[in-house]
Amino acid sequence: MSFELGLRCRDCGKEFASAPLAGCDECFAPLEVAYDLGAVAWGVRRDDLAARRADMWRYRELLPVTVAGDLPPVGGTPFVATPKLARALGAKQVFVKNDAVNYPTLSFKDRVVAVALRKAREFGFEVVACSSTGNLANAVAAQAAALGLTAYIFVPEELEPAKVANTLVYGAKLIKIAGNYDQVNRLCTEIAASLPWGIVNVNLRPYYAEGSKTVGYEIAEALGWRLPAAVVCPMAGGALIGKIAKAFEELRQLGWAEGDTRFYGAQATGCAPISAAIKAGRCEIEPERPRTIARSLAIGNPADGYYAARLIGESGGWAEDASDEEIVAGMRLLAETEGIFAETAGGVTVACARKLLATGKLDPDQPIVLVITGNGLKTLDAVAPRAEEAPVFAPRLADVQAYLDTAAPAEVTAV
Amino acid sequence: MYTVRIPAPLQRFTGGAEQLRCEAADLHGLLVELSGRYPELRDRICEADGRPRRFFNIYVNEEDIRFLGGPEYRFRDGDDVLILPSIAGGSR
Repeated sequence: MSFELGLRCRDCGKEFASAPLAGCDECFAPLEVAYDLGAVAWGVRRDDLAARRADMWRYRELLPVTVAGDLPPVGGTPFVATPKLARALGAKQVFVKNDAVNYPTLSFKDRVVAVALRKAREFGFEVVACSSTGNLANAVAAQAAALGLTAYIFVPEELEPAKVANTLVYGAKLIKIAGNYDQVNRLCTEIAASLPWGIVNVNLRPYYAEGSKTVGYEIAEALGWRLPAAVVCPMAGGALIGKIAKAFEELRQLGWAEGDTRFYGAQATGCAPISAAIKAGRCEIEPERPRTIARSLAIGNPADGYYAARLIGESGGWAEDASDEEIVAGMRLLAETEGIFAETAGGVTVACARKLLATGKLDPDQPIVLVITGNGLKTLDAVAPRAEEAPVFAPRLADVQAYLDTAAPAEVTAV
Repeated sequence: MYTVRIPAPLQRFTGGAEQLRCEAADLHGLLVELSGRYPELRDRICEADGRPRRFFNIYVNEEDIRFLGGPEYRFRDGDDVLILPSIAGGSR
């Protein structure tokens, strides 16, 4: 069963029955799902969770869906200690929450869509849609196909080829807009009023965002319900970092977890409206025109930017941004030290963690969790030059042997 | 003279009007003009000090007004102005 009470305005507090609504009809602030946490505490004990399947639905009492029938194994992604990365960054203990291997489309958006599309079905929508920088497009397309819903996906024209292919293969209707994400999003906001569609990040947004909380629950459980001292999280629209914080707060209120966490936001320098606000000591967001290889983070006018900036400030954290070169270096560092191939957004997170440690904003002696949200196979262009580094030989032993003798004398010496 | 488009969720504050013809020279003037005609609309889209609230974006010919100079931008004849809640859209 669900312990959802309905929706509540994040600004004026007005309450609404559960419905496909994007914002408050009085003050136009965003809405958030409210729960009866007292009833959750009565209905389930923390220790009951251990016997459940290791996916996001093990936290179903804290999600706004009535869970029934076969559920896809979304979430439950690896949480790994990364000592070699920690050494390279100069920190004592670093963990990676690896949503690059989420099901079914290799990004954390699988979680938000799992909630949003179940809610879309509850509300009776036959068509779902979204505006996306790529990962959301893939997740909506795949899960809509599995649920038998028609999907319309609006994306910026210049999307990575892998993200286009990973949308079309599921039979989704892809509409490219000659503009950046913010222009695509404005268009979707305008059409939302006139179409009987469930638009995942417009009128289903309050529900969609709840799926992100499961990243937080999984981190907490993996750490034995001791909340980490620091979380470094990439920011595009700014929703994920806020939902991880909401997850931690709910766990504290339930008495299931303890500890205080500082939140650190990571952006690309070519699109850093939230990071710029933090550095300027304000919460109000000045929009930017994105210019970065981290296209999944290229949102110049982030919908939850204000709330992300406020959260970071109140938690005692900070924000940083990384150049294109630093992003690629971050991707390589994570891959070379820990064997994890993250997309450009992961490079942003690693690079920003490095800068935050270097400037003393992030305490190297406390446990740090890096949130990796997407898979490197989707942004191959960023590391493509490396493919040219591999030499080509004729299939003759002598040629390869000669190469190894000069290029790698230490490795070819018999032990 | 230019057109200000009012999206569906805001039309109950304009007596159902979908489009308004306005003459104010800049954003500040426009918000003053709107508050005279539709006081309820003003309360929704402006802070007490008259700045637009963060939950609204204002576009001129499809471009966010903040990229055009924001309060410095001077409206031109024929401009297409849109006042859009940043996350609008509701059940139908």
